[in-house]
Amino acid sequence: MHRRQFLQQTTLGATATIVTVGVQGWAYRSPAQTAKPKRLIVVFLRGAVDGLSVVVPYRETAYYEARPRIALPRPGGEGSILPLDKRFGLHPALRSLFPLWQQRSLAFVQACGSPDATRSHFEAQDYMETGTPGIKTTRDGWMNRLMATLPGRSPVRAVNVGSTTPRILSGPMTVASLPTGRNATRLTPLDRSQIRTAFDRLYNGKDTLSQAYQEGQLARQEILKELQADMQMADNGAPGAAGLAGDARRLARLMVRDPQVQLGFLAVGGWDTHVNQGSSKGQLATRLNWLAQGLATLVEELKPIYGETVILVMSEFGRTLRENGNGGTDHGHGNVLWAMGGPIKGGQVYGQWPGLATAQLYEGRDLAITTDFRSVLSPLLQNHLGLDQAQLAQVFPKYGFDQSVKIM
Amino acid sequence: MPPRYWIITLLLICGTSFSAQAASQPADPQVLHVLNRLGYGPRPGDIDRVATIGVKRYIQEQLSPDSIQEPATLTAKLTQLETLKLPPTQLIQSFRLARMQRQQGQSATANLPRQVLEEAMTARLLRAIDSPRQLQEVLTDFWYNHFNVFAGKGLDRVLVGSYEQQAIRPHTLGRFRDLLEATARHPAMLFYLDNWQNTAPNSSGARGRFRGLNENYARELMELHTLGVKGGYTQQDVIALARILTGWGFCRPNQPEAVTNNGFCFEAQRHDFGDKVFLGQTIKGSGIAEVETALDILARHPATARHISYKLAQYFVADRPPQTLVERLTQRFQATDGDLREVLRTLFQSPEFWDTQSYGAKFKTPYQYVVSSLRATGTDLPNFRPILGQLQQMGMPLYGCQTPDGYKNTQDAWLNADAMTRRLNFATVLASGRLPALSAGIKASGKPVPSVDGIRLAQTLGDRFSPNTTTAIAQSPPQLRAALILGSPEFMRR
Repeated sequence: MHRRQFLQQTTLGATATIVTVGVQGWAYRSPAQTAKPKRLIVVFLRGAVDGLSVVVPYRETAYYEARPRIALPRPGGEGSILPLDKRFGLHPALRSLFPLWQQRSLAFVQACGSPDATRSHFEAQDYMETGTPGIKTTRDGWMNRLMATLPGRSPVRAVNVGSTTPRILSGPMTVASLPTGRNATRLTPLDRSQIRTAFDRLYNGKDTLSQAYQEGQLARQEILKELQADMQMADNGAPGAAGLAGDARRLARLMVRDPQVQLGFLAVGGWDTHVNQGSSKGQLATRLNWLAQGLATLVEELKPIYGETVILVMSEFGRTLRENGNGGTDHGHGNVLWAMGGPIKGGQVYGQWPGLATAQLYEGRDLAITTDFRSVLSPLLQNHLGLDQAQLAQVFPKYGFDQSVKIM
Repeated sequence: MPPRYWIITLLLICGTSFSAQAASQPADPQVLHVLNRLGYGPRPGDIDRVATIGVKRYIQEQLSPDSIQEPATLTAKLTQLETLKLPPTQLIQSFRLARMQRQQGQSATANLPRQVLEEAMTARLLRAIDSPRQLQEVLTDFWYNHFNVFAGKGLDRVLVGSYEQQAIRPHTLGRFRDLLEATARHPAMLFYLDNWQNTAPNSSGARGRFRGLNENYARELMELHTLGVKGGYTQQDVIALARILTGWGFCRPNQPEAVTNNGFCFEAQRHDFGDKVFLGQTIKGSGIAEVETALDILARHPATARHISYKLAQYFVADRPPQTLVERLTQRFQATDGDLREVLRTLFQSPEFWDTQSYGAKFKTPYQYVVSSLRATGTDLPNFRPILGQLQQMGMPLYGCQTPDGYKNTQDAWLNADAMTRRLNFATVLASGRLPALSAGIKASGKPVPSVDGIRLAQTLGDRFSPNTTTAIAQSPPQLRAALILGSPEFMRR
């Protein structure tokens, strides 16, 4: 049986209706679009990164007054920010991404976030991943619902970097996982042919368990091909600088090699800087530098498909404007959303800037949100991935269609 | 039965000891059914034990867990878990102290909250695997999910263990009204669903973070804990119940009431003393007694009887439970004023429960899968860290359901491609004796951990496999047979 045939016949009960949607999608899409599939990668910064240190509002005196120890220096001095425009500058640790800004394929949306007011990491992440802020009972993630609207069907349509399926990808559609770091190249028992052969005999039918098994094996074989190529590459002496760069490289190569992989998700932790956050040097700078290298690697490796790829970097909420007694920041509200990729109209900071004067702050302490993250994502999903309004309503239920911020 | 089935079964058993041959007859399906539904599946010897006393007697015993002796080895292991008996007030205090120390860069006792959570998880798994009071363990899981609290939310990290032991366990076979009240008074629930902050906006105690009405708990109390989503209440009822619940919260550690009330405190100065109309009844503003009245109304409401009966039938019988059964359980619930033991007795005597079509029809949750495989293989783990990691990877971390509706127990929720792959990898590692905790044990003791014997495992599980499974097992090398049994469709279901 051919692979495509197999995929068309392989349907788990829960997803049968979804396949129908996909078939219609194929029919209405132009051949040019299907030849070069569009890709979307979401990088989630868990722990809430301090967006005011990423894209620094260097014209605001309130920024410098509120942060005597951790503000980033104005352009010109040592360790100073890299000016993006007349209002904002980039953290110097993100220097390796600056060429992308100059080439206009990197954009930011300031004062962006989830409208729900929670300051709990888990709730805020949850709401951003389910795409339904304020509603606790949504179980599936918006990327899984997005998969359901995309044409075709493949067990490697979406790839998660990590061992646990995150909320954003949870749901009835199959997601493949690419292990991270040192686990990435470790083989699992089922990768050994003797063991797989034995289980193949056990699950050789057309029942639901067998279908789930067979689909899982197909996904794993796809991932393994990439990992084996990667292991050989590593022998040629090209390992990434840190774990993230390695993970980003593997994800990118898999996407370049396999046009079926349209969605990627990668989470990076460690942004909860309550203590000793630092300024142009220090804890946050080190992490940002590491992140920038990871993202630069991702862009570099995606080169052949960069023109069809959008990368979004987001975090659950921002941090307080004022630094705390420990030289850190606490859980806040508005944040900055990053967007990279060929289709992005870069070199711009989008969003309405609410200002940092006390009266302009949210609850007198945080950057206010002027852009709901879904109003960045909705037009992006429409223009980049070709979703219609009904499909958008499926991905972001109970959210009005909003075209206010068009980053592409 | 196809002849090949018998031949291969014989092949499997051939060459083993006499006792193995004596047990070659497939187990009574009724015995297997009760072991799989009233508990987490058979341990070595369980099938024989239940066959000897009979399924009726087994069910009766399980409905009265206190009548079943717990083994001294289990009690001894539980006694070693020092934080298990700490009261909520002390747990809250330790959490706050640790947070303060961490913020000041110290680490002296900062690990206590971590130890508390780890010991709670260890206790849960130890009991689920080793306790002969299996129905009690299954019901603890069921009711914990029904009244779910997420350990990842702040204070609840240290409180979930106490919540399970004080609010859930003692009431699983008692009256629903008592269970409802126990969960409603526990700080873990009051923190998780924010009611501790719920305050009448114009009350004298309204200040700081206690600014106004918080509807969160009131809503879930009706939607999830009692009436059900279509239970016939309105937004006005949600607001009325939220007002009734104002001031209902937990104490700060130095408040004296905390000691006697297990951490629960009612702060009258934050309460709304106006009259309320709740579900058509007028409740006079009187303070704490209003909540008692509201809980009475909710516990006795026909919608609650129906909602609970449906969930029990779904958990114990089928993903889409038969209407007739739900009806019968609902009637029993109402007739006994929510006596959970009587509702379950009715369930376990029902023709729907004994319908052979329902045997092995429920797809195990990751938790049920992992616990049943540790039981079946008789694996004795030095610690549960790798198991907790597995549950996390399988998408069902212990005490880790973020949403208040708890983990589902249906096939739709758990059967997918990734889940199958992860289960089979786990089965293979466990069967080969290569689980990380086990190999750490080898390094400590110097003794290799034996792999699981496929023939013994097949006997433990009653030697009942489909022709396809039997063929697959027989055609595989002996060292893989245990892995195939744990990975078989029969073992994926209960």
